[in-house]
This record gives sequence, structure tokens and C-alpha cells, in this order.
Amino acid sequence: MYAFEYLRPASVADAVARRAANAEASYLAGGMTLIPTLKQRLARPELVLDLGAIAELRGIAVAGGVVTVGAMTCHADVAASPEVRQAIPALAVLAGSIGDPQVRNRGTLGGSLANADPSADYPAAVLGLGATVQTDRRAIAADDFFKGLFETALKPGELIVKVAFPIPKRAAYMKHANPASRYAVVGVMVAETAAGVRVAVTGAGPCAFRVPAMEAALAKSFSVAAIAGLAVPADELNSDMHATADYRAHLVGVMARRAVAAIA
Amino acid sequence: MKITLNVNGVVRSGEVEPRTLLVEFLRQHLGLTGTHVGCDTSQCGACTVHLDGRPVKSCTLLAVQAEGRSVTTIEGVAQNGRLHPVQAAFKECHGLQCGFCTPGMVMSALGIIARHKDTGLTEADVRHELEGNLCRCTGYQGIVNAVLMAAKDMGIRVG
Repeated sequence: MYAFEYLRPASVADAVARRAANAEASYLAGGMTLIPTLKQRLARPELVLDLGAIAELRGIAVAGGVVTVGAMTCHADVAASPEVRQAIPALAVLAGSIGDPQVRNRGTLGGSLANADPSADYPAAVLGLGATVQTDRRAIAADDFFKGLFETALKPGELIVKVAFPIPKRAAYMKHANPASRYAVVGVMVAETAAGVRVAVTGAGPCAFRVPAMEAALAKSFSVAAIAGLAVPADELNSDMHATADYRAHLVGVMARRAVAAIA
Repeated sequence: MKITLNVNGVVRSGEVEPRTLLVEFLRQHLGLTGTHVGCDTSQCGACTVHLDGRPVKSCTLLAVQAEGRSVTTIEGVAQNGRLHPVQAAFKECHGLQCGFCTPGMVMSALGIIARHKDTGLTEADVRHELEGNLCRCTGYQGIVNAVLMAAKDMGIRVG
């Protein structure tokens, strides 16, 4: 690791101001990606701003048909939350499937979203449930948040504060996990929300994406049969040592059908 | 930077660079070499310690992040010279061979048992929740047996 300065801001305002004052500063959330990146010398921030002491970034609240999760809430807390398990069981299941227990005790919702790893689980929840990402300066709809490989709508220095998940009528998340890392080779969130059926895929493409053809079919008939013949094109999907694009395209169909079967 | 934290019930201070990992601080500054570095890439779990009672991988945590918090390492598990029930069960069930992964396995096992103390523990729970720890020699059967035996010995419903 290259040397860096370290500060632990006490508030969102302080963190954002310090980041704005130094273009070479980096926020540190749970550190499950940033610290390995620093260890490999793939990043060289002058200043690391540890968000771990900012109380306003933590916590889970359920009110008015919305589950709100603070950006620094760790995966283990979302997975174990009785409120989340009751309101959106699929979200608790998803959080409990990330990495391993030690990773879930450190990794955070905000860190996962800001990093936008193509194989991360949370993007499927945010996009599939039609959540809203609240930053220090604005609210970003899930449909506008993920822009590409490790690329989001966040501006330099913009900090995720919390995410609001509208409680769906029903939802399920199914993933084919990499057996070593538990990252999603393909993960699919299917949700019937007040605004319609949403099908969101992670792991398969450069970033999480929706499958409009499946959504339309499920809106007509919420059944496994309705999407039985539907597939996503493999053209723009990821291909790597873990899975080819064709295999990922196949898995999208399998995971989507399993998710529907779980709640149909 | 000066940091002060509680390690195994004792307040410890030290001077560290911000880039010093918690595992480096424990091993090199405090001489607590029971916490091992296996993969150094947050996969193998040999470096698992408890931070405020929860298992974390100390190779993927800066020492400065533990400022003011409580850390428990394998050295803090046995009390008054007596093995903790988890340690005793690893010995009884042959839950180790070379022993390199064992400190991390024990710290993860303590976390598993703590999380299930009210709800009970199954073999499937243990296998799923040991996913963050790798053993390269003896295999997992003895380890899983040890965690289940320890839970039973600690009065937790098993099965």
C-alpha cells in the first residue's frame, strides 16, 4: 500500500467538504473493495476519509411503505433486521448472501452501490425494487443510477447517504453464486411493485440492467410459464474465466424463473 | 498516528501509519501472533478477529479504523488457562491438522454460535457460515463437528 493521510469525519457535511477540497481524496466505507485495491496499489489516494464514525449514515427505518437503509449499514445488519425481513424478505436474503459473514460485518450498502461492481448483489435490489438513492445533494432514481462498468451517476465527491426501498407486493432474489467469492455470476431480482413488475439482473452485464420483455410478460401473467420462452441476448454480456456470455444469458432465464417460482 | 484500542480486555496504544493493517498492528506491534495471515486478500479468514464482538478479517481493516474499539484475538479466547469450549471441541473432534487456519476458524465459530444462541444451530448453518474460512489440509468435517459440539456444550440447541 502507498502511504496516505487518514481522517475520520464526524458528519456528512464535513466528509463532503474535505473531499471537495482534495481531488485525490477517497471515501472509505466498509473497505471490502477499497482496501484490497490499495493493497494491490491499484489506487493511490492522498487522503482516505473514513466514513465509519458518521452516525447519520447508519440505520434502518421502515415507515410509509418504504424501507430506508443508511449507506454505512453493513450487510449483516440488513440481513438480520427483523424490520427488513418482515417488510422485504428478498432484500434481507440478498444481503445475507453477499460474501461471507466477516465480509457482511464490514461491507456496506453505500460502498457496494458507489463501487458498482458488475457482480455485486445490491445493484439488483436497488434496480429491481425501484429504490431511490439519496446522496448529500440529490435523490437519484435507480433507473438513472447505474451507468456502466464500475460507473454510476455519482459526481466526483458525491456521497450516498441512504437508500429508500419501496416495499413491493412480492419480490424474490435468486443468484448463481461464484462458489469461491459468492459474487453473483448472475443474480436476478423479480418484484411486483406498486409501479409494476420489475426484473433486474446483476452479474451478467457491465452493470445491473432490467429485462423489459420479462416485465411485460409477468405483468400480463405472473407465472413461470409467462417467461418460459424469454431469453436475453448474449451479445453484450460479460464473458470471463467464470462463465461465458452465452452461459450467463442462459442463467438469466433460469434465475428469473426460479425467482418467479418462489413468489408466484 | 497514535491509536488506542481495547485488545483482549486490555487498553493498548501504539503509533501506526494510516496504511498499517489491523493484523500488522496485532502481530508486529503487539506481538499477538496467534492471528495469522493466510491469503492476505480477505478470502481465507485465517486473520479473523472480533471487532466489537463481530468477526472481521483483520487483513482488510486499517488499524486506525479500530481506534477506540474492542478487538478480541485468539489469545483472548481461553480464560484462566482453560480452553474455551470451542477450542476444546476443535481438539476433541480433530478440527485441525496443521493448525494454520485454526485461530480464524475458532473466531468464526464463536461468531456463528453467538448469532444462533437463541435460535439453535444446524449443520447447514455451520457450513454456510464458515464460508469465509478456508482449510487446506484436514478438510471441513472435523471443523463442522467441533462447532456443533461446542454449541451443544454451551447449551445451545443443535439439530
